[in-house]
Amino acid sequence: MPDVTKTATAVEDAVATPSVDASAPAAKQEKARSLWGDAWADLRRNPYFIVSSILIALLLLVSAWPTLFTSASPTAGDLVHHFLSKPELSKVGSPEWLGYDQQGRSVYARLIHGTRASVTVGVAVTAIVTILGGVLGMIAGYFGGWVDALLSRLTDVFFGIPFLLGSMVVLQAFVERTVWVVVFALAFLGWTQITRVMRGAVITVKQADYVHAAKALGAGTVRILFRHILPNAMAPVIVVATIALGGYISAEATLSFLGLGLAAPTVSWGVDISAGVAQIRVAPHVLLWPSIMLSLTVLAFIMLGEAVRNALDPKLR
Amino acid sequence: MRGAKSAKWVTGAIIVALAATACGGGKSDGGSDAKGAVDPNGIFSIELGEPEKPLLTGDTMESNGSAVMAGLFSTLVDYKADGSLEMINAESVTTTDSKTWTVKLKPGWTFHDGTPVTSKSYVDAWNWNASLKNAQGLASWFADIKGFDKVHPDAEGAKQTADKLEGLKVVDENTFTIELSKAVPYFGHKLAYIVFAPLPESFYKLSPAQRGAAPVGNGPYKFKSWDHKKKIEITRYDGYKGPNKAKNGGVVFKNYTTLEAAYEDLKSGNVDVLRQLAPKDLPVYRQDLGDRAVDQPYSAIQTIAVAFYADQWKKPKQVDPRVIQGLSMAIDRATITKTVLNGTREPATGWVAKGVLGFQEDGGNGVTKYDPAKAKELIKAGGGVPGNKISIQYNADGGHKEWVEAVCNSIQQATSVQCVGDGKPDFQADLTARKTKQVKSLYRSGWVLDYPVNANFISDLFRTGAGGNQGDFSNKELDAKIAKADSATTLDESVKAYQAIEKDLKNYMPSIPLWYYKVNAGFSEKVSGVAYGQDGDPILTGVEVKK
Amino acid sequence: MGRYVARRLLQMIPVFLGTTLLIFLMVHSLPGDPVLAMFGDKGADPATLAAKRHELGLDRSLPVQYVTYMRDMILHLDFGTQIRNGLPVTDVLGGAFPITLQLAALAFAIELVFGIGLGIIGGLRAGRLADNLILIFTLLIISIPVFVLGYIIKMVFAFNLGWIAPNVSTEPVLSEMIAPAIVLGGLSLAYVARLTRTSMAENLRADYMRTAVAKGLPRRRVIGVHLMRNSMIPVVTFLGTDIGALMGGAVVTEAIFNIHGVGGVIADSISRREGATLVGLVTILVIVYLVTSLLIDLLYAVLDPRIRYA
Repeated sequence: MPDVTKTATAVEDAVATPSVDASAPAAKQEKARSLWGDAWADLRRNPYFIVSSILIALLLLVSAWPTLFTSASPTAGDLVHHFLSKPELSKVGSPEWLGYDQQGRSVYARLIHGTRASVTVGVAVTAIVTILGGVLGMIAGYFGGWVDALLSRLTDVFFGIPFLLGSMVVLQAFVERTVWVVVFALAFLGWTQITRVMRGAVITVKQADYVHAAKALGAGTVRILFRHILPNAMAPVIVVATIALGGYISAEATLSFLGLGLAAPTVSWGVDISAGVAQIRVAPHVLLWPSIMLSLTVLAFIMLGEAVRNALDPKLR
Repeated sequence: MRGAKSAKWVTGAIIVALAATACGGGKSDGGSDAKGAVDPNGIFSIELGEPEKPLLTGDTMESNGSAVMAGLFSTLVDYKADGSLEMINAESVTTTDSKTWTVKLKPGWTFHDGTPVTSKSYVDAWNWNASLKNAQGLASWFADIKGFDKVHPDAEGAKQTADKLEGLKVVDENTFTIELSKAVPYFGHKLAYIVFAPLPESFYKLSPAQRGAAPVGNGPYKFKSWDHKKKIEITRYDGYKGPNKAKNGGVVFKNYTTLEAAYEDLKSGNVDVLRQLAPKDLPVYRQDLGDRAVDQPYSAIQTIAVAFYADQWKKPKQVDPRVIQGLSMAIDRATITKTVLNGTREPATGWVAKGVLGFQEDGGNGVTKYDPAKAKELIKAGGGVPGNKISIQYNADGGHKEWVEAVCNSIQQATSVQCVGDGKPDFQADLTARKTKQVKSLYRSGWVLDYPVNANFISDLFRTGAGGNQGDFSNKELDAKIAKADSATTLDESVKAYQAIEKDLKNYMPSIPLWYYKVNAGFSEKVSGVAYGQDGDPILTGVEVKK
Repeated sequence: MGRYVARRLLQMIPVFLGTTLLIFLMVHSLPGDPVLAMFGDKGADPATLAAKRHELGLDRSLPVQYVTYMRDMILHLDFGTQIRNGLPVTDVLGGAFPITLQLAALAFAIELVFGIGLGIIGGLRAGRLADNLILIFTLLIISIPVFVLGYIIKMVFAFNLGWIAPNVSTEPVLSEMIAPAIVLGGLSLAYVARLTRTSMAENLRADYMRTAVAKGLPRRRVIGVHLMRNSMIPVVTFLGTDIGALMGGAVVTEAIFNIHGVGGVIADSISRREGATLVGLVTILVIVYLVTSLLIDLLYAVLDPRIRYA
């Protein structure tokens, strides 16, 4: 989705050097030592961080144990309920709380059970993209030269295909569209962002004095990479990743809208939002609730990313 | 508006409309509205997607192209709402044995380029369309005619050994004869289809790219322009001699990216006639449009077909029809059509759609009745559903998801057989799975009429090896009955024989009939006399435009 | 400088070939046969299918198809023909790109003006009410899926208020394009605002700013020249890659507002397995992307005197 690309690009450029080519000199200095400690102290006092952390914790709980929150089935519908019955907000937590959808299924039950798919897509894509893109970016940034040239061109090749178009093609290739297929489709082109961010960060960090010092003391490449460079280059990556996570959840909804998202019997907010669009004139609640949940979740992750970004950037303090 | 629409399953992709050309029907009242004087030269607009292929009579098989071709070409005959034939370009179409047919043309007809329409125009066009080297999608329509296998052998890599169909003979300027390889009582009805339209001499001189870009026909309208993905314009042909002269000055077919957008434009008066509505607007369009809302059945049916080649139904033994009867009776058609489908379908009672010659009430002989207790009983008597689990394959881009889920819920509630929808991402993937025989259990299917005779809904779908028989249903007993009905000497006898077969289909259960399609559409205040043919498309010539 | 540009241009060649090959392989790995689907549900006999495949050149091996395609494209600017309707791909793309280009340009202008505008306000008033309001506004836009945003805008401004026409008509006029351009550019607008704001707030505390103020330069000059010039680098980078993204990412917006542009071509081509059309389309977009990123890098030198290209 454009969201994801944009989020990542935006943050990448805010946190990393503007240099796209290695020949452009890095213009920023990074200090390292107490970065994480400072950040934590800062985060604990940030209201955005507190609110988003609570929200995310709650979402993870719901995804892990949906049956704690509702006993109604998200898939078995009875047309007796066909959405003609409106939400009864006073009956908190009961199946009819948020009304029924077109198939006579409880909107509340679907909301709860849909959390897992949506959160899984967001977290899994982010994890894959961060590991894959991070490793490639680190290699490219650290070794430079022809390795960098090769990897950078490879990244460009994948970056050249519009994100939405690429995901659509990948999704069409699969006959069964499970959560993992959607994850793969989004990760397929998504890793390029992290690669670029990581590469930029590593180039900056490796010029730092302590890296030269470690080299002079005879530390091995692996040790330098993981002990000295990675911890200091992770900050911008974490920021991009948290923000992109929200984008991926939103992307799943957009793909569902295009008829390419998750397929039944998987329950997800995206599936319900795209189905809800068709009911907007007679039963807006079918669209409303999953939309609110989706926006809240995306918001929670973006807020977390913003808070982490501010905490990690000493210049903003 | 000639001709039945293409031999095509009901695919119903969101933008690609369902049905194609309308057939000249008795439904067109054509009476002018009291509110405004009619402008005989007025031009109106219709929502239409981009035709998928060039506009060729032999290759136009989807609804968008068919709608345009219907205005540009007239065929020999057309059929009325009761299924009887009306002569259009033909003076008469006669036969004594259903094997040799004699066609006499009305004299004096001309193509839009001024050249005369003669019997040669027909014979040459048919030979061209049938010829393998021209690779026309509808060539198989000529398969009844003697000598087709020489002009169009169907094995991969085969070469044709003749250029002309042996069975076609020009007698004189306005007469020709058609000899079939065997008797086909309803062949006359097939002639209404666009693939049997005539072509002018100039057609053969054009380059392949030009042929389908600006067709010259013999119909009530002539081609004006085609601005790809934006609009197509056709204007009235004043030299038209047929009974269905246009009551308006021309038609503009406007392209919309979504049906929602078209509906919004209808309400703001930017488009005059719609062919279908988006799901979002279905629950409210009757209030929105009042008496300009259209809600009328047409000759198409939706079914759930059985993949008889799948292991589930074949191993260890052929499934008992009673199991499928039970599944059919577990579907609450009345509730689903009313709620999930917003009243856009009408519960089916048999396999033959409404408005077709030989349609009968309760053709399914009770097998479409919702009766959970009986359903359970039948499934048990038949030995149960293998694995106690079924899936229904559908294409997710065609608006089928909602009803497939509802049908599954209904079956699950009534019989405790597990049922899931098996959504393929798009029509291509769905089609490929069906063509390569990879459907695992059941699949969504449907049929819009090719010609308005009940044989089309039985012989073309359930005969062993028939073009529409994708589930590999095969039953020797039924094949024999069909062969017998086909060899009847008169159309009437054949139709009766097929009616008997339909009543008997219950004992074979080649598919599960669900519901008949309806046209749900609307038109603007600027037009009147808007009527829809048996295949669901508006009849262009009858529309009157107010001043 | 000249050598730098030459090297960059050379580097574009493998990327260009790689991207076209990648999309070519992706399209050809899709299930479904475009020729089979041409004949709809009832299908055609094997002889007709074989004849059609031969006519379209689809019976050749994949490497041959790719090489032939690229040769025709590079030497003759021939992008091939569509399988389904036989139209030249150049005509199809030529019909789709102008309107999308207009839409993307308008969206770009909107995000440029309002995004940077909001960003400057937020940056200069960092931490205050205006800044927080802008933060909430931009986060909200980012968190709503684009199709929901499209429907909301249509609902409110077209149906409830009646300010705009709900759809872009067959002969598009500029005023109809404003709503879809806002939807398309909304997301980027939010990012541009965030980026500008962060960058401004960061640079406000830089030493050169203190020096400039200490020198007694007028506030207008300090902000307008020193601050802006230094803060625009990340924004320009983002805007640069965004032009291509706007053009290739308008699938949803175009469908909602009835715009017959590149988005529709993308959706149609994918569902019909129109390999030639997709490869041609991606070719154009990748060239746009490569050229803009080169221009951006050159622009850095103008914005930041510290950057010099050998």
